[in-house]
Amino acid sequence: MEAAAGAGCGSGPPLLLSEGEQQCYSELFARCTGAASGGPGSGPPEAARAAPSAATAAAGPVADLFRASQLPAETLHQITELCGAKRVGYFGPTQFYIALKLIAAAQSGLPVRIESIKCELPLPRFMMSKTDSDIRFGNSAELHGTKAQIPYLISEKNTFKRMDDEDKQQETQSPTMSPLASPPSSPPHYQRVPLSHGYSKLRSSTEQMHPAPYEARQPLVQPEGPSSGNQGTKPPRHQASLIRSFSVEREPQDNSNYPDEPWRITEEQREYYVNQFRSLQPDPSSFISGSVAKNFFTKSKLSIPELSYIWELSDADCDGALTLPEFCAAFHLIVARKNGYPLPEGLPPTLQPEYLQAAFPKPKWECALFDSYSESMPANQQPHDLNRMEKLSIKDVADFPVSTQDLTGDDKQALKSTMDEALPKDTSEDPATPKDSNSLKARPRSRSYSSTSIEEAMKRGEDPPTPPPRPQKTHSRASSLDLNKVFQPSVPATKSGLLPPPPALPPRPCPSQISHHNANSEPSTQHKPSTQLPNYGDLRLQKQSEQASEAELHPQLNRAPSQAAESSPTKKDTPYSQPPSKPIRRKLRPENQATENQEPSTTVGGPVSVATMKPHPTVQKQSSKQKKAIQTAIRKNKEANAVLARLNSELQQQLKEVHQERIALENQLEQLRPVTVL
Amino acid sequence: MLRLQCPSVSSVRPGLCGVAALKLLGAGFLLSYSTNYPLYIRSVPTENELKFHYMVHTSLDVVDEKISAMGKALVDQRELYLGLLYPTEDYKVYGYVTNSKVKFVMVVDSSNTALRDNEIRSMFRKLHNSYTDVMCNPFYNPGDRIQSRAFDSMVTSMMIQVC
Repeated sequence: MEAAAGAGCGSGPPLLLSEGEQQCYSELFARCTGAASGGPGSGPPEAARAAPSAATAAAGPVADLFRASQLPAETLHQITELCGAKRVGYFGPTQFYIALKLIAAAQSGLPVRIESIKCELPLPRFMMSKTDSDIRFGNSAELHGTKAQIPYLISEKNTFKRMDDEDKQQETQSPTMSPLASPPSSPPHYQRVPLSHGYSKLRSSTEQMHPAPYEARQPLVQPEGPSSGNQGTKPPRHQASLIRSFSVEREPQDNSNYPDEPWRITEEQREYYVNQFRSLQPDPSSFISGSVAKNFFTKSKLSIPELSYIWELSDADCDGALTLPEFCAAFHLIVARKNGYPLPEGLPPTLQPEYLQAAFPKPKWECALFDSYSESMPANQQPHDLNRMEKLSIKDVADFPVSTQDLTGDDKQALKSTMDEALPKDTSEDPATPKDSNSLKARPRSRSYSSTSIEEAMKRGEDPPTPPPRPQKTHSRASSLDLNKVFQPSVPATKSGLLPPPPALPPRPCPSQISHHNANSEPSTQHKPSTQLPNYGDLRLQKQSEQASEAELHPQLNRAPSQAAESSPTKKDTPYSQPPSKPIRRKLRPENQATENQEPSTTVGGPVSVATMKPHPTVQKQSSKQKKAIQTAIRKNKEANAVLARLNSELQQQLKEVHQERIALENQLEQLRPVTVL
Repeated sequence: MLRLQCPSVSSVRPGLCGVAALKLLGAGFLLSYSTNYPLYIRSVPTENELKFHYMVHTSLDVVDEKISAMGKALVDQRELYLGLLYPTEDYKVYGYVTNSKVKFVMVVDSSNTALRDNEIRSMFRKLHNSYTDVMCNPFYNPGDRIQSRAFDSMVTSMMIQVC
């Protein structure tokens, strides 16, 4: 670097330049002279200030440089005058250096006087646009853009975190914010660097390398300057980024490593992107198809051309699908765009898939990495505007297909934990907004595996409970009344007959049969107390009124099965008088199978007939006991009748309802018919 | 890949101080109608753009003729390249059709004798590749005008190279 030239100050007052200043100034001067071949100075008034000179700094670059200092025009005029350029007619090294010193003075608030340059001053700061810097100032690295343009994505990156840091530094930032509000209107988007920053930063660093990185960042601002008012309010970068840039990049011109701070993806962002990726595609090593990604990104409500451009940038291999790093890059670009940052001309190096994969090889983050990150960005100052922006970005991100519903419970917690620190308010909104938005957004669920999202689990939980099965039109209720018990003596044979039609009423035995019954009761009880019914049959047998009973039984038999659906009162009457009809009926079967066959349902015949054969001889003995047995039988029959009556009434009810339904349906049909006819 | 529109026409006119023109013409979906409308038009001497447009449009007939003459088997890239469609006094028109019936037409200044057939072929190939990349973008709806910056830059570089 040329140091000597700057040291000597010809006609002007002796310039005391510190080493840093000397380096810086000479660099700037070299740039100005070297960039003489660059485009003409864009500022007409300033151009007039410095007369072009072949051996000296060209007017254009100088003018731009001065403009980059963000000083008001008159100050610049004053400076130019003072430094002697006007007098001399050109910007020689002396004049240039003096001018720079004056600029520094002016930036630090000192009046523009020759005397002011005698004291020690910080280096002047300039915010350069990329085109200017690249074309004209090549390596400038020095002061340009020291603080410069950090803005954007730092805010975005910090959105998820670092509210605290920002809060602390808001105060220091705020006084400088107002002047920054106006800059965006100026064509080259130069931003004034907060002086406090400048001092601390510059003094702390012997190297004044500042960003070519920052310059590279500037294109982000420049093209969309007018469109995003936020940019004007974004303060220059903070120490952290500077420090990082310093540590990272020793060479001024190295654009490779970390030139684009705003495009760097932070830990939380990466994690978020990965989660989103996983929600679309479970396998992190696989890719998302174009249509899926399109649906996803369309929810961000960016315009289609912008999305198309973002895709173009991020899909490096142009295969129509996004791998995880490509997806992260695309997502990052979208978030940036939503925050107002203009889209870059080319994919920033930090968003290149190779870089992303190298930087974040693991899908999950480790705290160590995170810690290192946080250390590197300790004191990031954010103005209120940035805070607002961050909140906005978080909200955007939240509104954006966050679809935390798709996230597993763990993911939700992870996401929440990362966001909790930063914006507790927003985290509370987070679950709310995504849930609200999720209903609107038809997310293609490419996941086929049973993901454990809460909502899905809930939905699944709702399905299983089917409505309780309808009560069958069988006599389930009747069965609950233990008809089985009533007819249990007849045991297995009758069981099958119970459910479908009601068991046929026991035939009404004639009084003669009752005597039979009585005779039989005792011996039968001896054998099987439960087989009272067969006793009846025995009684009947012994009294030879078979045919009479047969005759009686016949109608009874006929009546019994047919009475299944008849009204109850008749049932009640008949069994009353003839309780033992049942056993009689069954008794008849073995003897007169032809007659017995009329009874379809009764099946007791087998066992009954066997049992009835035995007590023949003992029937006549115990008439009293038989009476008692008859009475109990009567009671039981009454109960059975009651049950059957109830059953009948229920069935009648059901029949009525069905009838009504049918009528209603027929009415509907009638109503519909004329419509269809028309 | 969707069956798209047709032709993309590019007219390159190098001879006169870096003048080049590219035009891409497209047709409607096969499902609906099939008209040839431009997907992408680019010409370096913008003042003559209309003229190139007209030339390209008229050359579409020749393209269709060649396509039909070739038959159904348009798989080989050799066949995709239609070659010189017709020479006029000032210009030469080259054609190229993709498998999806997207036509590229290039108008080249006749005075530029440096352009050989191979170069034209390579240019068409590059165009085709870029077009494929554009198609891979899910946000691109076939039938829209091509607004891909990558495509633009490729075309620009090609035209500059030719000039």
